[in-house]
Amino acid sequence: MTIENTQVEELVYQRPKSLTRNPTTYCPGCTHGIAHRLIAEVIDEMGVREEMIGVASVGCSVFAYNFFNIDFISAPHGRAPAMATGVKRLLPDRLVWTYQGDGDLAAIGTGEIVHAASRCERITVIYVNNAVFGATGGQQAPTTLLGQKTTSFPAGRDPRTGGYPLRMAELLAMVSPESYIVRVSIHDVKHILQAGKAIRRAFEVQMQDEGFSLVEILSMCPTQWKVTPVQALQWIKERMISYYPLGEFSVPKGTPRLES
Amino acid sequence: MPAKGRIEVNEFYCKACGLCVDACPQQVIALSQNRINSKGYHPAELAEDGCTGCGICAMVCPDAAIAVYRILTAKPPA
Amino acid sequence: MARELIKGNVAFAEAAIRAGLQAYFGYPITPQTEALEWMSHRMVELGRVFLQAESELAAINMVYGAACTGARVMTSSSSPGISLMLEGLSYIAATEVPMVLVDVMRGGPGLGNIGPAQSDYSQIVHGGGHGDYYPIVFAPASIQEVIDYTVLAFDIAEKYRSIVYILIDGSIGQMMEPAELPPMREIKTTVPDWATNGAKGRERRIHASLYMNPPDLEALNMRLLERWQTIQKEEVRYKEYFLDDAEYAVVGFGTAGRVALSAVRAARQEGIKVGLLRPISLSPYPADILEQISKQVKSILVVEMNAAQMLKDVLLYTKGRTPVEFYGRPGGIIPVQDEILSEIHRIVRNPGSIEGHPRDLWFKRVYQPTKGG
Repeated sequence: MTIENTQVEELVYQRPKSLTRNPTTYCPGCTHGIAHRLIAEVIDEMGVREEMIGVASVGCSVFAYNFFNIDFISAPHGRAPAMATGVKRLLPDRLVWTYQGDGDLAAIGTGEIVHAASRCERITVIYVNNAVFGATGGQQAPTTLLGQKTTSFPAGRDPRTGGYPLRMAELLAMVSPESYIVRVSIHDVKHILQAGKAIRRAFEVQMQDEGFSLVEILSMCPTQWKVTPVQALQWIKERMISYYPLGEFSVPKGTPRLES
Repeated sequence: MPAKGRIEVNEFYCKACGLCVDACPQQVIALSQNRINSKGYHPAELAEDGCTGCGICAMVCPDAAIAVYRILTAKPPA
Repeated sequence: MARELIKGNVAFAEAAIRAGLQAYFGYPITPQTEALEWMSHRMVELGRVFLQAESELAAINMVYGAACTGARVMTSSSSPGISLMLEGLSYIAATEVPMVLVDVMRGGPGLGNIGPAQSDYSQIVHGGGHGDYYPIVFAPASIQEVIDYTVLAFDIAEKYRSIVYILIDGSIGQMMEPAELPPMREIKTTVPDWATNGAKGRERRIHASLYMNPPDLEALNMRLLERWQTIQKEEVRYKEYFLDDAEYAVVGFGTAGRVALSAVRAARQEGIKVGLLRPISLSPYPADILEQISKQVKSILVVEMNAAQMLKDVLLYTKGRTPVEFYGRPGGIIPVQDEILSEIHRIVRNPGSIEGHPRDLWFKRVYQPTKGG
């Protein structure tokens, strides 16, 4: 008589607890969702839900405060780093972070982010770069690539009329001597895992008072790029990474660089 | 023996973006042909046998809609 | 405490510190930079938060973030800098977090000049930023009033979860007068039940001002308006001088009111029955007392250091019951006693109804005397 082997199921992955129950307002396939999930996983892992104050910005992620189970405040467009500075200076032992898109951080918010970075403000900035203004319908963003067509420059980005795309990670690394500034992507599983590690590292840099931290996440906007989510991933891989190289642009002194 | 696994897609969150369908190394996920959720999307589901519980679908899911199980076969005590 | 000679900008800064100020975020702008510099050493020596921001735009948003944590927080600026802050102020009002702001007004519009003016009445008293909101505005006229109203501002801001402005002109900011500072108050240790300071042992809290569902936004507007109605009843402040038997009344705030008082005293010496209403709360405006005065006098003269801003509110509240005249000096100029006294003489010679808008009449009279009429 054979004895049957018992079968046991092990739950290896579930929705992070630091996400609220609210379904997100992002389009299908929008990588804001992946960024949110990665941040929530890190909050769960680090057990820091009660110490965090998030600062939402303006753009598709304006409702970020509805999706994370932590205290959140909402900033005017571009001003999140200034609001975060106000909170962190008063409550230095809390983890204060902003969540900003490319319109918010690299257009209207350039003043605030450059100065927060130059002050090496002990905040963490999650910067989602999808090369377009998503929420307002697909206009040119400071990060739109040369030749990329948008509703406000339908012939495609021309540097003479619209300027060159801004590489914010590089720019901020130049002004922020005590910082952790890294650019990651989320176009495949390997890069998603690296992005998660970078987000965790960024929060640790704040916790250990090592400096300012910023994670630029190359992301997609299938809706405004007018492609499917799967096609959009290809576009990140084939076009964005060559202009926006991945890697660490600033690490706190005495820190070994992460393996790429 | 190849690993076995199972996923549960919470159709409350799934927006049928198709990223999991594309990412699954075993190609066993598909958008349902005959169900739609309350938002009008065809939610993703396990369409065939062969899930290894690798979790890649959950890692690419923007809506954290997927729970992943690995099925462990435990030998009975000797 | 002893009276000491204190400069206006230092007075409001130190008064705020004594009132338990926890954070100051500011930016240099003439004529209030002394406040920033005072804060830069006092706040640091007391172990409190001080930061010179990169702009007024950044400063008001730092204040916004800090205010969300429930702390006592303020900033100060002058007219063009206040314009930069209006975006943030609308958000702060909509989020219903308390803060104090001091505007040390200078000549405008545009870059204007650094002379003293009352050029921001309309901007400040009527909200200024987008949307319907109702800041509380105090206009002190002496260093002692600057101190007293700055301290009061924090309590009132917290009581109503409102913005409280202290509105002074550059001359009050710069001048020194003997005044008494209050004793140092302890920094408060309690945190309000709406503060976003980390969800320790509790549900998360949010501070936001986006209400996509229109009825929800309507409800916010109604909430702000209802609170405003309470404030209108409870927080009016003014000073009146020689009004009991007055046949004529001058209305002026801040330095204009102060100079007008000298003119009124001189006129009284000449036997003219004129009095002065000096509003201290510009918002809520002392409408009731003004209405009473308008029933009593033959004529009202509004004196301001601008091209007629409070005049509009005086016209509104007097409802045509009595002629209202205007005298103003825009451009960063303080009128002197004799100018106002001549105006009083002119009105006494010619009381009665006036044809035309008082501002146009003033303009013609003072700036175009050769054009006739």
